[in-house]
Amino acid sequence: MSDTFRFTIDGVEVTGTPGQTILQAAEAAGIWIPRLCYLEGLVPGGACRVCTVKVQGRFQAACAFPAGPGLVVENDTEEIRELRKQVVEMLFVEGNHFCMFCEKSGNCELQALAYRLGIASPRYPYLFPVRQVDASHPDVFIDGNRCIQCGRCIRASRDVDGKGVFGFVERSRDTRVGVDARTGLGGTSLTLDDRAVTVCPVGAILKKRVGFAVPIGERLYDHRPIGTDLERRGA
Amino acid sequence: MSGLNRIVIEPVTRVEGHGKVTILLDNAGRVQQTRLHIVEFRGFERFIQGRPYWEVPVLVQRLCGICPVSHHLAAAKAMDKVVGVDRLTATGEKMRRLMHYGQVLQSHALHFFHLVSPDLLFGFDADPAIRNVVGVAKDPRFSELAVHGVLLRKYGQEIILATAGKKIHGTGAIPGGINKCLSAEDQARFQADIDQMIGWSVDTLALCKQYTRSHMDELADFGSFPSNHLSIVRADGAMDLYDGLLRAIDAQGKVIFDKVEPEAYHEVIREEVRPWSYMKFPFIRALGPETGWYRVGPLARLNTCDFIDTPLAEAERQEFKALAGGRPVNVTMAYHWARLIEVLHCTEKIRDLLADPDIRGTDLVATGSRRPEGVGILEAPRGTLFHHYRVNDLDQVEMANLIVSTTNNNEPMNQAVHKVAMDYLDGKTLTEGVLNRIEVAIRAYDPCLSCATHALGRMPLVVERRDASGQIVDRIGR
Repeated sequence: MSDTFRFTIDGVEVTGTPGQTILQAAEAAGIWIPRLCYLEGLVPGGACRVCTVKVQGRFQAACAFPAGPGLVVENDTEEIRELRKQVVEMLFVEGNHFCMFCEKSGNCELQALAYRLGIASPRYPYLFPVRQVDASHPDVFIDGNRCIQCGRCIRASRDVDGKGVFGFVERSRDTRVGVDARTGLGGTSLTLDDRAVTVCPVGAILKKRVGFAVPIGERLYDHRPIGTDLERRGA
Repeated sequence: MSGLNRIVIEPVTRVEGHGKVTILLDNAGRVQQTRLHIVEFRGFERFIQGRPYWEVPVLVQRLCGICPVSHHLAAAKAMDKVVGVDRLTATGEKMRRLMHYGQVLQSHALHFFHLVSPDLLFGFDADPAIRNVVGVAKDPRFSELAVHGVLLRKYGQEIILATAGKKIHGTGAIPGGINKCLSAEDQARFQADIDQMIGWSVDTLALCKQYTRSHMDELADFGSFPSNHLSIVRADGAMDLYDGLLRAIDAQGKVIFDKVEPEAYHEVIREEVRPWSYMKFPFIRALGPETGWYRVGPLARLNTCDFIDTPLAEAERQEFKALAGGRPVNVTMAYHWARLIEVLHCTEKIRDLLADPDIRGTDLVATGSRRPEGVGILEAPRGTLFHHYRVNDLDQVEMANLIVSTTNNNEPMNQAVHKVAMDYLDGKTLTEGVLNRIEVAIRAYDPCLSCATHALGRMPLVVERRDASGQIVDRIGR
C-alpha cells in the first residue's frame, strides 16, 4: 500500500499508516508499550507518561506522538524502563494504594504494571494524602484514594457518553477528579451503562456490590502479565 | 503501694505478637501484682468506617496472618445478614465450612507442633537451645511427629488455597455466599490424603493424652483455676465451629445463658476497658466484670457442647470429659488435649464435606433485601469471634465492633500468669525456668500474641521484677 511507511522501534522495522500514533503502530506490530491513561477508543490524554519513548533521541509520549516515516524509536531500553518505573512508583506514593484489600487487585492495570516492571516497593516516601470516597451514587462507588488522575473517565464521559460527569478540579498537586454535582456522584446523570464506569484502570471507580465475585486465579492478570496478550498476538 | 501505678507500660509495637508480663513484688519478694500486657493497637474498628460493606471480609482478615480465614468468614457472615441472607446456598455454606475446617486444622497443627510440642517433649526446664521446633525435628525420637505436624498444617493450608484462592488472605467468601466451588482436581487430591490426615490426628492426640495423663500431678494445677466457659453451639447442642447460638456455663457446668442469637450478643456480653492494656476485658453481663469473665477456645468448646457430631472426635470428647467426672474441665493445660480433639473433628468434617456433591455445586450466592446491621459469630481456632457492623443506605460501614478470640481470654490469661507467678516465683528466685512456665501458661491459650513466635522463632517476652516503689530490681528478656 502506497500510504504506509516504515520506521523502527528498538531497531525492529515497523509499518505505520498515516494518523497512527507510535503506540498504535507498535500495537499493530505486536510490540507492547506500557501505558495507563491511554485506552483504545478514547482520545489520547498524554497524562501519565508511562508510555514515554525516545523519538529521534527525545522523550515523547507514544500515545500522542504521530508515527512517521523513518522515525527511530527507542522503547524497551534500560534508560526508558528505569524512567517508567519511576513514573509508576510516583503514582503509587501519590495516592493511597492498598492492593491487599482492593477489589481491583488482579484486574488493576497499575498493579499489573508494577509487577511487569519489577517494582517491589516504591523508592519514594509515601505521601498518604487525604482523599475522599463518594458513595452517594446508588450503583457506583468512587474511592479517591486510588485515583491516579489518568483522566480516562473524564474523556469517556465527555466523548463517548456525551455527559461530562467528570472533570479535573483544583491545580497542581491538589489536582483531583471532580464530578459535576455539588451533592456528589449521586447528583450527576451517570448511569451504570456509561462507558465512564468501566474505563478506570485502578480501583477508583467501581460498580457497587460486585467486588471479589471473581475468584483469585480467574482475574485478568493472575496468569498473564499485562501486555503479553498483545505481544502474543503480534508473535 | 503508689508505685503500682507507675508500671503501666507504653506500647512498644502495633503489631500483634508482642507480649509483656510485669510482676510487682514487695520488699520481701512476695508477688503483689501480675499483668500480661498486650500492647498492640490496630484501630480496625475505626478505619473501616466509610468503607463499602463488600470489601470488609477481605479487609478485616488483615487483622491476622495466622487465622485470617476466621475474620474473613465472621465478617462475611455479618455481611450475609446485611444483604438480607439468612440461609446460604448449600454450596456456599459447605465451601465456607470446608475453608473454616481447613483453617482450624492448620492453625491448631501449627500451634501444637511448632509452638507447644517442644515444652511437652523436652520439659519446661529444658535448654532453650533445643526446646524449639527445630530441636523436635532434629531429635530422632520426634522427627516423624514433626513431619506429620508440618504435613497436617500443609493439608489445611492447601484447603484454604483451594477455597479462598490464597493460603493467606484470600477472597473466597462474599456477602451472601462464595465465589467458587471446589474443583474436581482439588476434591480428588484432598480425598486421596484425608484418611492419612485423620490417622495422624489420632496418633498426635494419643501422644498428647499420654503426656497429660503421665504428668497430671504437675499439670492439673498448673496455671489452673475454675472459670466460666463460652462458645457457640449448634441448636441441638453439637459442637459447631462455623455457626450456632451462644451458650455460657459456669465452672460447674451450670448454664448461665443458652440459645442466644448472635444478634443479641450485646445483651449478654459487655466489654470493660482497663487503662494498662489495649485489649478489652469482656464479661458476662449478668455476672458483672468481677466474676463474669470466661474462657473461650478448645477447652471451652469441649465444655459447652453436648456432643460432637463426628464419631472419632465424639469418643475422644467423652474420654476428655471423664477427666472431671463429666463436669467442665478447668485444667489450663487441657487446652492442648481439647485442641487436638478439634483437629480430629476437623479432619472428619473435611472428609465428609469432600464426599458431599454440594461441594461441586454451581449455586454460589443467595440474595435478599438489604438490612442496616449484621452480626457474624463463629468459633475461630482461639475461640469465639464476634463481628458486628452497621451499614448505611449508601453501602458504607458506619460502625464496627469486633471482639476477637484472644480478647475473650484476656482475663483468663492474666489469671494463669498470676497463678504461675504465685506458685513458682512468690518468695523465690527468678529463673529461666520460671520465665518459661509463665510462657507455657500463656501459650496454652494459643493467643494471637504467639504470632511473634511464628515469625521470629521465639516470643519477645520480658519479665520485670519491680519493688513496691516501682524500681526495676530484676529483668529477664528473650
